[in-house]
Amino acid sequence: MDAPVPSLDVAPSPHVSAGGLTTASMMREVMIGLLPVCGFAVYRFGPGVLLRLLLAMGLCIGFEALFMGMRGRVSAIRDGSAALTGLIFALTLPPTVPLFVIAVGSLVSIGLGKVVFGGLGQNIFNPAMVGRAFVTAAFPASMSAAAFVPDGMSGATPLTLARAGETLPLVDLTTGHCWGSMGEVSAVACLLGGGYLMWRGAMGWQIPLAVLATSVLFGVFRHGVDPTAPWGWTHELMAGGLCFGAFFIATDPVSSPVSHSGRLMYGSGVAILTWFFRSFSGYPEGFMFAVLLMNAATPLINQLHVTRPVGGHV
Amino acid sequence: MSESSLPTPGERFVNGVLPENPVFRQLLGLCPVLAVTATLASALTMSFAVAVVLLGANVVVSLIRGWLRPHLRIVVFTLTIAGFVTLVDKTMAAFLYPMSKELGPYLPLIIVNCIIICRCEVCASKQGVGAAAADALGQSLGFTLALCAIASVRELLGAGTLLGFQVMPAAWPEWVVMILPPGAFFTFGLLMALLSVIQLHREHRRVV
Repeated sequence: MDAPVPSLDVAPSPHVSAGGLTTASMMREVMIGLLPVCGFAVYRFGPGVLLRLLLAMGLCIGFEALFMGMRGRVSAIRDGSAALTGLIFALTLPPTVPLFVIAVGSLVSIGLGKVVFGGLGQNIFNPAMVGRAFVTAAFPASMSAAAFVPDGMSGATPLTLARAGETLPLVDLTTGHCWGSMGEVSAVACLLGGGYLMWRGAMGWQIPLAVLATSVLFGVFRHGVDPTAPWGWTHELMAGGLCFGAFFIATDPVSSPVSHSGRLMYGSGVAILTWFFRSFSGYPEGFMFAVLLMNAATPLINQLHVTRPVGGHV
Repeated sequence: MSESSLPTPGERFVNGVLPENPVFRQLLGLCPVLAVTATLASALTMSFAVAVVLLGANVVVSLIRGWLRPHLRIVVFTLTIAGFVTLVDKTMAAFLYPMSKELGPYLPLIIVNCIIICRCEVCASKQGVGAAAADALGQSLGFTLALCAIASVRELLGAGTLLGFQVMPAAWPEWVVMILPPGAFFTFGLLMALLSVIQLHREHRRVV
């Protein structure tokens, strides 16, 4: 048997620290990456968005301090992870969401999503998505597809339209001239932020690529099955929360697999489940459920993709 | 084990309420705990039904404990319990028909509720009628308190009411998820955590 060729790739964590990426600097980079998304949301939906984003961040920081204090642990507020959870959670909500929904969701995100498991790095599920799933089930009136379109406005979210067999011009979807949650409407803003994160090395390319590529594949498949459908793979990619989620939700380093191949598998899984939820479930969008389910599968994926030490046994 | 080394009737009663609470400490009979605690009224009815069956089964098993044979005892427990469950089920269907409909299969399912078999095995088949009755009352009280605690939280948050009366202000946004099955798991887990925290604090104080 040939001797294995030593690999010079950057292996999955843990690494010896070289003073490079710390938790705090990573969270800071992601926040910078979210700036175009937040900026566009404020431009598109008005200053109420700013209030909601700041409220969610403040509440998440407060709950983190409170709960970690109750556990007698040093809280990890300074690394910005709680604030980031709050920001991502808020960006997945409708722009006119009532403030109590944000309060309850922040409580659940930090309390049931993160601190019960032991705090940063211990949680099985993406905390922001735990909070969002809770409020989705708890307050259907504030979180249903109709709630994403402000009162007095006509129209529907792109994915609701897709259910009805209608479609929106692709350019509107891409530039965000449609209804949806605060963060998801503009695919361009998400791509800008995601590109920044990859350029800075704060995020691997594997998960976003796997999510987007698999979605394209399934979009083409849908078109192949029903060529008359107005909904092509480009719509599949640009509508709903797919772009935002691929870059900012699925890439949560805690609840996603560690190895490169594992991340590819995880991203494809998220995209496939999203496609299934979009096609067959009671909700128009399914990215949140897809991420939560794949979070649950992450330990299994990690087991399948244990990295072989250089020169070691299989 | 001789009868004198077992807990006295008084201890049996006290143990059932908190130290050996069937729901929060022994984690027994969780099916009704999760299924019928969406409203306080159904939780109270369920607790009452379990209390009647538990008391009846414990007393009868204690009376016939001299005749029990080890390899047949579980069959005898189950038959005794089934008799009392049938009694309660038919009585409820006759006099509390809407509630009987609401609880549905969970009333007959008391037959396989492990709290009752556990108490027959642990207490009634080994001790006299007094201890068995005290044990049944204590365990029932513990079960009732646990179910009411969970149901109060769920009904209050999920519907803004308690026993059907509006408690929360009219503008209260109903947390629909609390009425759904996930709400039962959340409430149950958090209340159990709360009890454990209280327990830890008390032990800590005793040591210090």
